[in-house]
Amino acid sequence: MRDRIVSLRRHVLARHLFLALVGLLVVVVVVESVSDYRNTQLASMAYLGIAAGGLTVLTGINGQISLGHGALMAIGAYTSALLLPDRDATVPLTVVVLAAVAVTLVVGAAVGLAAARLHGPYLAGATLALAVAVPGIALYFKETLGGEQGLRVVMPDIPVWVLDAVFFVTGQDLTRSRFTAYVGWLTLIVVFLLLANLSAGRTGRRWRAVRDDEVSAELAGIDLGRARVSAFMVSAAAAGAAGAILAFTVKLAAPSAFTLTLSLTLLAAIVLGGLGSLAGALIGAALLTFLPSVVTDIGRNAGLSDIQAAELAPLVYGLVMVAVILLAPTGIVGSLRSGLQRARSRRRTTSPTTTSKGTAS
Amino acid sequence: MTRHIRGGGPLVAALAAALALTACGAGGRDSSDGEAAVADPGVTDDTVTIGGTFPLTGVAAPGYSEIPTGAKAYFDYVNEQGGIHGRQIEYIVKDDGYNPTTTSTVTNELVLKDEVFATVGSLGTPTQASVADYLNDEGVPQLMVSSGSLQWGDDVENRPLTFGWQPDYESEGKIIGQWVAENMPDAKVGLFLQDDDLGEDAEKGVRQFVDDQIVAVERYTSGNTDVAPQVSGLQAKDADLVLAFNTPSYTALSQLVALKTGYKPQWFYANIGSDPALVGSLLERFSEGAVAGSSAALDGVMTTEYIPGIDSADDPWVELWQQVWDEHGDDGELTNYRIYGMSQAYAFVQALEAAGEDLTRDGLVEAIEEGGTEWEGPQLAPFRYSADSHMGISGMRVVELEGGVGEPLTDVLVTDIGDAEITTDDSGQADDAPPEGGVPTS
Repeated sequence: MRDRIVSLRRHVLARHLFLALVGLLVVVVVVESVSDYRNTQLASMAYLGIAAGGLTVLTGINGQISLGHGALMAIGAYTSALLLPDRDATVPLTVVVLAAVAVTLVVGAAVGLAAARLHGPYLAGATLALAVAVPGIALYFKETLGGEQGLRVVMPDIPVWVLDAVFFVTGQDLTRSRFTAYVGWLTLIVVFLLLANLSAGRTGRRWRAVRDDEVSAELAGIDLGRARVSAFMVSAAAAGAAGAILAFTVKLAAPSAFTLTLSLTLLAAIVLGGLGSLAGALIGAALLTFLPSVVTDIGRNAGLSDIQAAELAPLVYGLVMVAVILLAPTGIVGSLRSGLQRARSRRRTTSPTTTSKGTAS
Repeated sequence: MTRHIRGGGPLVAALAAALALTACGAGGRDSSDGEAAVADPGVTDDTVTIGGTFPLTGVAAPGYSEIPTGAKAYFDYVNEQGGIHGRQIEYIVKDDGYNPTTTSTVTNELVLKDEVFATVGSLGTPTQASVADYLNDEGVPQLMVSSGSLQWGDDVENRPLTFGWQPDYESEGKIIGQWVAENMPDAKVGLFLQDDDLGEDAEKGVRQFVDDQIVAVERYTSGNTDVAPQVSGLQAKDADLVLAFNTPSYTALSQLVALKTGYKPQWFYANIGSDPALVGSLLERFSEGAVAGSSAALDGVMTTEYIPGIDSADDPWVELWQQVWDEHGDDGELTNYRIYGMSQAYAFVQALEAAGEDLTRDGLVEAIEEGGTEWEGPQLAPFRYSADSHMGISGMRVVELEGGVGEPLTDVLVTDIGDAEITTDDSGQADDAPPEGGVPTS
């Protein structure tokens, strides 16, 4: 029995590693073949994807809601900004990202401890307070955190060995925006790999048990509080990494970037994509990144004035949101998955497949 | 994602092959880049492409979103007459919602996707601050920023491609401060400040002259719409003259609170927050119709002026703007914000004209530094552009609003940042008229 479990777990890990490798290859091919401008968009998609990935684990798998993930991203972004104040800063980007994760993890633990005692609307309220308060901190400590105008983030020069290595593999010189896209997507792959493993394993089963039925989870010997806090911490850590990537991409950490809108946007991303699914988080992030600029361009090409074209984007975004909720209440990935299962069960009606709810894929 | 790796064999093989192929790849990196003389991005023989970012949506959109429509109308007007040195001006406007993070994204788009030659007139202090270093690093001129912060011109060494346009807030503070010291020496002065560069720079200027008259200083954070604590703070200290450096929404908000609490000081709003038409309409909106939204809402309020606006309809510049708007404008009336955009566009066209036939970014910057102080234009006082300073218009005059019209209280006064003296302008800038045809010639 034990052997079988071990081999199964190995199997899961192998599968995730394989997917990560495929992902890496796709990233290299895409990043190398699109323009600098698309690469900055890809970097934006990466940070939204990382944060949405963390949130989807919290909300979809552990059943906690958070309206404060934008604020957690702010903590990651400000940590990065403080570590990269000017061109002479010698902190390697890896260390910056890890530091951002560590600081956000600490804050996430504190918030998680409070959050573990709350449910539903109360939890939403508490995290909402976080989203509202954190930008205010930046305004209050104007001297160190730059107030309304925020802190500049100066990306260090790209290390020569990276330039050489990339040129060796791809035959192209590495531009700054391509470099940022790589940093963002490598971080995303690592974060998603960790999240997928965590939620496929014992921790993930505990989180799901707590989500589905608290009483039976407790009867099974699961410490409810510990499971909730750990889920919140993991999710916060992902938000911290996302904040760091945001700082690299935007090259600025300013309170206006981390309004409540950002937190709601992340929530929208995971609802659009499908709760509890990492692939869904990625799809949601892609929609949020590309939809506005595509719609604005279409509007402008259709002869609308600049102002009308700019107003078109939020309208279409809202309509897409409404359409998804109405037509695919389980999100895009949820609908695809159930569609796939229906097709499969129709093909072999004799052996019905078991469904597992909310698997991180 | 798949649940089984079944059938993954061929895929693995393909991956391995792809990896092997790329690894055979490119060898060492060639570090010597042969730099040939290529034309700057955004310039062809018959076009020059420029861009700008503005709040077209969101809280800052009222008023400000009209600036690019004015600029566009003037560029269309110039294009119709054959452009500058045979080049048509293509003007791309992006919405940043007054959010620095979005500014960074859309500026990226302008630089990398649209490949603009320069940004012109982009609006806002926090927003443009977020991209100033990026634009300078990329070699893209950041021209005529629509903001009065000092950072658009006082640091030429670090930002050689950034230029201001409107008078800076510190100079405005100085001119207002001196006027108060001379004409209302007994007033108990209260300051109402936006808590960023706007308030900070202005306070520096004002304090040079009326430091001992100030009885109260209140600051508000942009975005927080409750200014009752600030206004009652001023009232509690019995300030009978309030010098306010704020955006138009906060002019309306402060007026509303003062109406409610029965506070009646003499108000002196800086130019940025004093457009009577916009403030009037905001007042009506914020009060849900309780206050009539006419331009007369700001009667008796003092402010400053650095370009002629719609209130002086017979000024030759305003006549030109009216003609441009009638011929090329979108729907709607000519407003002070559209005039602002046109005046700025006029200065950019002057720069293009001066840069000559062979248009390069360096050439354009040089042309502004060399000739900028001499350019005639709608501005009442000359520009300060030189190799040491990229600050814009050097002065303004103090006016009192009556029925939406600014009655001059002083001549045009000019100064500069720091302890530069305030003098009466003798360049005759305020009395010039546009050239025949409405397009500058060198």
